[in-house]
Amino acid sequence: MDVIQMQRTWVEYTKSLYREGFLDSQFAQLQLLQDESNPDFVVEVVSLFFEDSERLLNELTKVIDQQQGVDFKKVDAHVHQLKGSSSSIGAQRVKNACVAFRSFCDEQNIEGSLRCLHQVKQEYFLVKNKLENLFSLERKIVAAGGSVPTEELNFL
Amino acid sequence: MYQNGSTETTPFRVLVVDDDRILRKMHKMMLTRLGIEVEVAVNGKEAVDLHLAGASFHLVLMDLQMPVMDGSQATKELRGMGVTSPIVGVTAACAEKAAFLASGLTDCVSKPLTISKIANYLPAPSNHTNN
Repeated sequence: MDVIQMQRTWVEYTKSLYREGFLDSQFAQLQLLQDESNPDFVVEVVSLFFEDSERLLNELTKVIDQQQGVDFKKVDAHVHQLKGSSSSIGAQRVKNACVAFRSFCDEQNIEGSLRCLHQVKQEYFLVKNKLENLFSLERKIVAAGGSVPTEELNFL
Repeated sequence: MYQNGSTETTPFRVLVVDDDRILRKMHKMMLTRLGIEVEVAVNGKEAVDLHLAGASFHLVLMDLQMPVMDGSQATKELRGMGVTSPIVGVTAACAEKAAFLASGLTDCVSKPLTISKIANYLPAPSNHTNN
């Protein structure tokens, strides 16, 4: 694939991530913070999101798996954190799954919480995969001597 | 002296107080790109300790829900210490906004933070070119 084709693929792939609700305008705000003096800013921030999310999901699994005597205050605190970080990078579907999760925490509903945990994990790993694909394409574009055509995202 | 208290020799300084490292990084970058000097604190206690150690800022951006010391308590303590700088709360928790404001905030904005939401508390862009 030549550079122009890769750039077109990047634009279409990025547009699809917004269209399908994986990302929202907050991700665009994140992209705007990246420039020549901080060329890896988006990858750095998203990497922090991946680390924090996986830690929180592991913690949530441990707490909810207890079934008896689930500490819903702890569950809610973790979900709140995950909602915050997903919202700040624009991972919209993860954020929305966290919003639903918090309702079940309020009700202290174990079954509902388990379903929500499954949903949050699913959405997280989906967006992680999508973003990793996006960054991989960006690396290929740069390696081939091109630049990532962020100016093409003027629909946002 | 420029608007908001900074001068040619004292750059505009902002303290970002948030327990979320992603938000600290993003908010710091947002402000640094404008030529603003940014320091960060990971919770309210760190923010208070910085001031006790003699630090001062033209603006404090304060998250609400943080471990060790939350934004409300930190704001009360800072005001109690005589800190008069603008302290702007940044929160996703709309239900607690009134209580947060009552702790002594100058203002409270909702997450996600954008420059336009705090523009009134930042130096006007033209001031950075007036050397």
